[in-house]
Amino acid sequence: MTDHDELDAILQGHAGREGALLPILHDVQAAFGHVSEDSVRRIAQVLNLTRAEVHGVVSFYHDFRDEPDARPVVKLCRAESCQARGVEALAAALPENPRVNVETVYCLGLCSVGPAAMVGHEVYGRLDAARLGALVESLA
Amino acid sequence: MITVRISDDAAALACGANAVAAAFAAAGCTVERVSSWGMHWLEPLAEIGGEGFGPLTPDDVASVLAGTSDKAIGRIADHRFIARQQRFTFARAGKTRPLSLDDYAATGGWAGLKRARELGPEATIAEVTQSGLRGRGGAGFPAGIKWTTVAKASGPVKYIVCNADEGDSATFADRMVMEGDPFMLIEGMAIAGHAVGAGKGYIYVRSEYPHAIAKLNTAIALAVPHIAPFEVEVRVGAGAYVCGEETSLLNSLEGKRGEVRAKPPLPALEGLFGKPTVVNNVLTLAAVPWILANGGAAYAEVGFGRSRGTMPIQLAGNIQHGGLVEIGFGVTLGELVFDIGGGTASGRPVRAVQVGGPLGAYHPPADFHLPFDYEAFSDANGLIGHAGLTVFDETADMSAQARFAMSFCAAESCGKCTPCRIGSTRGVELIDRIRARTGRAADKVEALPQMHNARKAPRTLGDEIELLEDLCETMKFGSLCALGGFTPYPVLSALKHWPEDFGVAVPGQEAAE
Repeated sequence: MTDHDELDAILQGHAGREGALLPILHDVQAAFGHVSEDSVRRIAQVLNLTRAEVHGVVSFYHDFRDEPDARPVVKLCRAESCQARGVEALAAALPENPRVNVETVYCLGLCSVGPAAMVGHEVYGRLDAARLGALVESLA
Repeated sequence: MITVRISDDAAALACGANAVAAAFAAAGCTVERVSSWGMHWLEPLAEIGGEGFGPLTPDDVASVLAGTSDKAIGRIADHRFIARQQRFTFARAGKTRPLSLDDYAATGGWAGLKRARELGPEATIAEVTQSGLRGRGGAGFPAGIKWTTVAKASGPVKYIVCNADEGDSATFADRMVMEGDPFMLIEGMAIAGHAVGAGKGYIYVRSEYPHAIAKLNTAIALAVPHIAPFEVEVRVGAGAYVCGEETSLLNSLEGKRGEVRAKPPLPALEGLFGKPTVVNNVLTLAAVPWILANGGAAYAEVGFGRSRGTMPIQLAGNIQHGGLVEIGFGVTLGELVFDIGGGTASGRPVRAVQVGGPLGAYHPPADFHLPFDYEAFSDANGLIGHAGLTVFDETADMSAQARFAMSFCAAESCGKCTPCRIGSTRGVELIDRIRARTGRAADKVEALPQMHNARKAPRTLGDEIELLEDLCETMKFGSLCALGGFTPYPVLSALKHWPEDFGVAVPGQEAAE
C-alpha cells in the first residue's frame, strides 16, 4: 500500500464523521510521523476545506508536526508542580543527546509524583538526574 | 490464595506498580488492578484484606507476604489522610476495578441514572439545582442554571460536552475519575443528556492522558446497554492548553484551530456546531450520579457559604503527602497543606502555595486561614480553579515563577486577542529586565523626535514594576478568556507577597530590624 492509498484509507475511515479533522490528523501523524504538505492538500480536498484552513489547524496544535523526526521522544513535564519538585535542575544537568528528542510538556497529570516524563504511553515518576539520564540513554 | 489489590492509575504506573503487581503474581497471589486511593506518596500501594503496604518495590513482596514488612501502614480506610475526607465522587477510589460493570453496579452504579429516568427531565434538573453544584472546572457557574438554559433552548439537536482537557499543573482529579471510575462519568453524562434532551455526548480528553483515553473507550463500549439511546464518544486533543477553555474546546471539537470565541452567544444556546450545548468539567458531571442517587439536599448539606458539596482537591508539588483529598468546602488552606499534606517533602519551610494551576495566585503562609470556597479566594485576589495546590518550599524564586507564568501564557496563547498574545511576551521581557535590575533607557523608536508623547527619560526599577502592574491590568480586563485574563494572578500575587524577589525594598522589614 502506498502512502497515498494509506492516507485515503484513513480519510475513508472518518467519512461522514462530524468535526473529523482532528481525528484524521491524529491518524495521519501516527501513520507517517508527520503531516506533510501533500497530506494537507489531500485532506483539504476531501473535507472541502482550503489548504490554508488545514495548515492553520496543523500548525496550531503542538502534537502535529509538518516535518518528520524519527528520533524517539521523551516528554518531560516542566510545569509548576514538577518545578517545585526540582525538574529544572534535572533538565539543566541532562547531557545533550542528539539521538533523542527531549520535549517539554506542560503537565502529564502526575503532579504528586513528579518530576515526571512519558515515552510513548509509558509513564515515569519520581525521576532524579540519574534515572532521567538512564531513560534518555536507553532510547538512544 | 491471597488477593492483592494494586492500582493501575497512571500515577501508580509511573512509580512502578506493574512490576510490583507482577512480583505478587509470581509469588502465587491473585492480583486485582483497582483504582487509586489517591495516596500518591505511598504508590505503588498494595492492599491485602484492607491493610495497606507502600510504597513498594518488587523486593518488598516477600516481606509483605511474610508479615514482616516495615512498609505496612495499617488499615487504609482508617489512615488519617483518608479518614478526614468526605468522598462522594471518589467513593469507589481504591475499591473497585475501573472497567468492571459488576463492581460498578455492586457499589451503587447506575442508581442515579435510574432515578433520573423515573423523575423525568425537569425534576432531574431541579435536583441538580437544589444540590448547589457549581462548575468544577474553575468558573464555578451553577450547573443547574446551565442545564436549565440548554433544556429550554429550542432545537432537535443538543450536545453534552465533557471538558476533560485537564491541563493545569497540580490537577489530576479528572484523570483519576477517567482512569479509576469511568462509568461514573459516563453515567453523569447520560443523566445530563436525559435532563436537557441531548442525544450525544463528547468527552474531549487531552492527548497527554493515553491511559484515560484507553479506559474511557473500553468503558463506553461496555456501558452502551445502560445509557442507550444516549451516545458518548471520546475525542482526543492535540496538546493545546487553551482548549481547556470551553469555547476554544468547542472549536477544536469542530475540527478548527482552538481559538477562543467571544461570548455571547453562550455555548448553552449556540455551542457545538451552533447547537445548544452543555459544557461541563469531568468533576461536575461525575458528581451528578451521587446527587441523583442520594438527592440534591444531601449534597447541599455539606459545604461552606455558596460553595456546596465536596471538592476533590489535589495536593502536589513539594508536599510530603501528595494526592487526592475530597472534602467539603470550608477546609482551610493551612489544614490542607499541613494537617492533611504533612508540610513540604523537602522538610524546609513553605514559602508559597499556588492554588488553581498556572493561572492561580501564589499564596503566602499568611493566607493559610483562608477557607476553601470560591468567594473567599476571590476576595483574597485568588481563585480555587480546578483545586490543584502546588506547594513550594523556601528555595523557590518567586520572580522566576512570575516569569514562568508569562512565558506559559505566551507559549499557550491562542493568539486571538492582543492583550494575551502580545502582552504575555512583553511581560516576559519586562520581568527579565526587572530580574536583571538593569532598568532601561528610551529605545530607538521612543527617542525619535516625532515621538512627542514617548518617554525620553530612562526607566528605573520602580518604573518597570509600575509598567508590569499596568500590563497585568490590561491583560486582566482586556483578554477574551481566562488564559490572558488570569495570568496576572500568579504574576501580581508574586510581586505583592514577595517584592524582595523583584528587587523592591520592603519598608516593613527594614522597620522591624
